[in-house]
Amino acid sequence: MRDNITPVQQPPIVDIKDVWFGYDAARPVLRDINLSIPRGAVVGIMGQSGCGKTTLLRIIAAAYFPTRGAAHVLGRSTLELDRDGLYAMRRKMGMLFQFGALFTDLSVYENVAFPMREHAELAEDLLHDLVMLKLQAVGLRGAAHLMPTELSGGMGRRVALARSIALDPQLILYDEPFTGLDPISFGVIVRLIRELNDSLGATSIIVTHDVQEALGVVDYVYFMAEGRVIAQGTPDEIRASSEPFVNQFVNGHLDGPVPFQYPAPDYAADLELETS
Amino acid sequence: MNRSTIDLWVGVFVVAGAAALLFLALKVGNLASFSNSQTYQVYARFANIGGLKARAPIKSAGVVVGRVSDIRFDNDAYEAVVTMNLDASYAFPRDTTAKILTSGILGEQYVGLEAGGDGVMLKSGDRLRLTQSAVVLENLISQFLFNKASEGKEPAK
Amino acid sequence: MPPWTKIADDMRGRFERLGSNVTSNVWRLGFASRFLFYMVLHSGTALRRFRLTVAEIYFAGVLSLVIILVSGLFVGMVLALQGYETLQRFGASESLGVLVALSLVRELGPVVAGLLFASRAGSAITAEIGLMKATEQLSAMEMMAVDPVARVVAPRFWGGVLSMPLLAALFSAMGIFGGYLVGVQLIGVDAGAFWSQMQAAVDLRNDILNGVIKSVVFGIAVTWIAVFEGYDAPPTAEGVSRATTRTVVTSSLAILALDFMLTALMFTGGKAG
Repeated sequence: MRDNITPVQQPPIVDIKDVWFGYDAARPVLRDINLSIPRGAVVGIMGQSGCGKTTLLRIIAAAYFPTRGAAHVLGRSTLELDRDGLYAMRRKMGMLFQFGALFTDLSVYENVAFPMREHAELAEDLLHDLVMLKLQAVGLRGAAHLMPTELSGGMGRRVALARSIALDPQLILYDEPFTGLDPISFGVIVRLIRELNDSLGATSIIVTHDVQEALGVVDYVYFMAEGRVIAQGTPDEIRASSEPFVNQFVNGHLDGPVPFQYPAPDYAADLELETS
Repeated sequence: MNRSTIDLWVGVFVVAGAAALLFLALKVGNLASFSNSQTYQVYARFANIGGLKARAPIKSAGVVVGRVSDIRFDNDAYEAVVTMNLDASYAFPRDTTAKILTSGILGEQYVGLEAGGDGVMLKSGDRLRLTQSAVVLENLISQFLFNKASEGKEPAK
Repeated sequence: MPPWTKIADDMRGRFERLGSNVTSNVWRLGFASRFLFYMVLHSGTALRRFRLTVAEIYFAGVLSLVIILVSGLFVGMVLALQGYETLQRFGASESLGVLVALSLVRELGPVVAGLLFASRAGSAITAEIGLMKATEQLSAMEMMAVDPVARVVAPRFWGGVLSMPLLAALFSAMGIFGGYLVGVQLIGVDAGAFWSQMQAAVDLRNDILNGVIKSVVFGIAVTWIAVFEGYDAPPTAEGVSRATTRTVVTSSLAILALDFMLTALMFTGGKAG
């Protein structure tokens, strides 16, 4: 784990400036987001469910486009891209979806081989070696012949990870990668995220709300609530933060800026205790 | 299900489908008939074509020798002009008669050709001079009733 | 007074829902047309990597063979039974072959095969694409810079369109065979009359070709509806199941409506006399 971020020599791999996004104008999902992600870092975007972090990830992946402001990814603004430019950019990115999203009609081997088959004309034995390489990196070389339905959750997640690094991407995006994993698989994924990032020389962005584990692996954190970035810093800074929401989130307090009770009418009146 | 099994079954399927189409075309339809052979065109005028339709058969001695290709109405002579495509392998004399007949009692109508004795044969574009119109059922009935009525009057004389 | 206003409000609500239903369906039809156009334009992958389309011909066509052949056989046999019953009253029992062949080739072959195809293959296609959407497989493909419409949807579309005419022909052929079995072997109609009258009455261009054209049109309609409903389905279990039902219902209605239009065009217009 790194102790400090080296000063940025190259432009950040992702640069979000003054971005707003909403499905309709009246209710923006993201407000005035500014963040930048330096090359080689593992960055976490955390927050409550519904705070907009997955939407932000989709904007970085150029699946959605900002209604205001610009998202510069891999040196280009996503708004300027045509379809070919978009696909060219995506070939340099890898994304791990929440439950893996493996192709259920293909075997593990074919799933990992998929991006390679689609984008490169490779001889079969070369393809075989590359697929085995990726599977070895996630520890599943022996499962190459299995079908996705025969895999456990953790194994499936690892195969999906192998698939997302198939083309050696420069930017790897993780959408809630730890959801529903048992502690062992959890630890495996956490370790793999860091190892793959460093060995590929890539940059990783993790969207999650598994605070403790994530704080142990990332170099930098952005905290979001209600569509805004409300705090940012290194894991140590975040743990020590006095910002009430961050504090409640990191320590898992029951009550704080996010109240326990969803807004409701008066309790006594609801139970009709006050009769007159 | 590996690739070669899928390919095999798809191949079987396509062959079976094509065979079914071929069966329909040959055994069921009339592909065997002369849709491809050479034909020549002749015309005939009728006072009444009855229920004759385009593509009706043209038969001589009961054998199909051609098809009706077009039926038009001549507004000047108030007659029907029937265009017929005859198989080029059959030649008919110039004085051949064309009659509109019915196959069976309720069957569809066709053109019957009865060959004449002329030495010169019909050429493409010729007109058959001798024609007999279709029998119209209403005229037949009214004729029958008229005859019956006149017969009834005679014994009184 | 109060009951009347309540009824009036109720009626108004019903009309509003009807109106919004109609407009949303019209909007959806427009969206579906643009989708079809886009898919046809991006069918290069489906044609260049023909292996993908062949696999879909297997899943849509070959796996429908059993139901098509068995149904065709039974339909032909019933036609012969019913037809004989009526024809022999007019002394026209020798025209049984004509009755069976024309009914099948012109109408029952394309229509019934189309309906069966819609329920078996159409619903399977919708469920498959809908599930891929719900489990984010289509999004994953997009993220890997592979167009899911070209890679997943187009091969299924062309697989269905290519399978349908073959299935209709097989249905008609089986039906005629079934009619032969019942008419000639069981009832005792003269085999020679059966086949020769059929050959005289069934025309290659007017009947068989028109039947083939119908089956192609139905294939396009059913497969288009199936892939669109799957692609547009809400990514939930309930959404996919509703979409599957909608595919079967909409395809069936479309087949029957198109059949009427095509029959009116083909078999009545343009005949002189």
